[in-house]
Amino acid sequence: MIIDIACAVFNVLFTGLFVLGLAGLLTWVERKQSAVMQDRIGANRADLFGWDPKFLRPIRRLGLFHPIADGLKMILKEDHVPPNANKALFNLAPFVSIFFALIAFAAIPFSDRFVVGGHEAAIQVAPMNVGVLYIFAVLSMGIYGVFLAGYASKNNWAFLGGIRASALMLSAEIAIGVSIIGVIMTYGSLEIGEIVRAQQSSPDDLLLGFLPKWGIIMQPLGFIIFLAAGIAATKRIPFDMPEGESEIIGYFVEYSGMKFGMFMMTDFVETIVIAGLTAALFLGGWHIPYFYPEQATAAVVILQALVFILKVAFMCWFMILVRWTLPRFRYDQAMRFGWMALLPLALVNIVLTGIMKVLVSG
Amino acid sequence: MNSSPEHNKRDYGLWQRTYVPEVFGGLAITARHFFVNLKNHIRRLIGRKDAAPGAVTFQYPEQRRPLAPRLRSLHRLTKREDGSPRCVACMMCETICPARCIYIVATEHPDPNIEKMPEQFTIDLGRCVFCGYCVEACPEDAIRMDTGILEFASYTRENMIYTIDQLLSHETAKPDAQDTQ
Ligand code: SF4
Ligand code: SF4
Repeated sequence: MIIDIACAVFNVLFTGLFVLGLAGLLTWVERKQSAVMQDRIGANRADLFGWDPKFLRPIRRLGLFHPIADGLKMILKEDHVPPNANKALFNLAPFVSIFFALIAFAAIPFSDRFVVGGHEAAIQVAPMNVGVLYIFAVLSMGIYGVFLAGYASKNNWAFLGGIRASALMLSAEIAIGVSIIGVIMTYGSLEIGEIVRAQQSSPDDLLLGFLPKWGIIMQPLGFIIFLAAGIAATKRIPFDMPEGESEIIGYFVEYSGMKFGMFMMTDFVETIVIAGLTAALFLGGWHIPYFYPEQATAAVVILQALVFILKVAFMCWFMILVRWTLPRFRYDQAMRFGWMALLPLALVNIVLTGIMKVLVSG
Repeated sequence: MNSSPEHNKRDYGLWQRTYVPEVFGGLAITARHFFVNLKNHIRRLIGRKDAAPGAVTFQYPEQRRPLAPRLRSLHRLTKREDGSPRCVACMMCETICPARCIYIVATEHPDPNIEKMPEQFTIDLGRCVFCGYCVEACPEDAIRMDTGILEFASYTRENMIYTIDQLLSHETAKPDAQDTQ
């Protein structure tokens, strides 16, 4: 009993701190990564109120004080509510947005099951047998925050942004859902931990003798569709027309201070969720290729969690790479892309997966 | 519906229209920049001086860009050997200045061989457009714009008005022309 509660508390704290910490770090990664990609240096000027001793110089040069300065700025800024806005909804929207983004990670496991004090546990907040469905449900709820923001601001640009976000979310979520069906068919489970375990093929069950049965190898088409739709679901470039800062500024145009910061964090948290989902469903989750531990000791569990975090970090890196490479789709292009490219391809993927399954088993 | 002129249309092949290969091509380019620059940054960090710079950034104001030799920067008045201004107050520059920002008051020069010299020579840099006409018009090579001084912004208009003493005190920029301050 005590152990169960301790595990739950640990998992909630660990996952929550992981997601929030990584989201904060991603603001820095985004700055620096984009700078390095573009032959620039990037933010390196913020110091501690002008205090710039030599031993802190490397941190300053790396721009690691900038996230702190950002946070401070957002907290200290005036929190303005437009006079015509619907105050209750206006204040509620960012919380809705970030809440659903934050709880999505609950279903994603960091490690395999292990035994602690006679109890079975895993580094996962909620090991539920409908994990995949849960994540989709929660991710699509996130659109309410965005749409409420656009609606409550009483600003036509924000309203347009909200509408665009809803349209985008519809086309993206359907493509995500359909593309994942191939994975579910292949591994035969809706629980993410189960799916990861199924990717962890035994040494004599490797594909072509050397490939681990990861989702990316078993479902390459599904992977690309999922990734494209997943990036669309994060509402970031190239699918940022809910924001579209050069045309409509977006659903958060009336927001300032920390509420704006929450919308910004939501984008990063969603990036992390999509990255975690991709890592778990397509990159073998905590699985280390060609490494088959006899039993789950503490070292193995820590190693698994580290490997999983590494995979998540890689996917975050990749998504930021995409964000700083591609230009924004036009609204109609994104719609056409979602409905006329991703969705049919995802359906084709299902049919192909079915045929493969019959061929392999039959 | 399709009102775009013919020359705006582009012919994309099927390969490009599938979009995915082009996306990966673009990602490969940016990823290559990322890794090459990261490698160079790290090599510089561990003290490899021969490493190529990881960024093209100049860390202004600590690090300044080299200036082109023909750059027009803040004016200066050149001097004779004895230190008196080379200017003979011919008013050529004042006349040609399109911004009308040069103001000269002439006076007698003690040396009878030289007719005149400026008593006042004022340039209102708040109005100057840095066309360089004054330099070209001067028959005596008495005014030049080669100080390399670029930062002379000021909070008041009065501070932008440079008098003869200030203009005479400016030095030419060093030949390797990093802009100085
Ligand atoms: S640079 Fe042009 S505008 Fe400026 S003082 Fe000379 S002539 Fe006048
Ligand atoms: S043109 Fe030359 S010599 Fe004549 S007034 Fe101007 S600076 Fe003096």
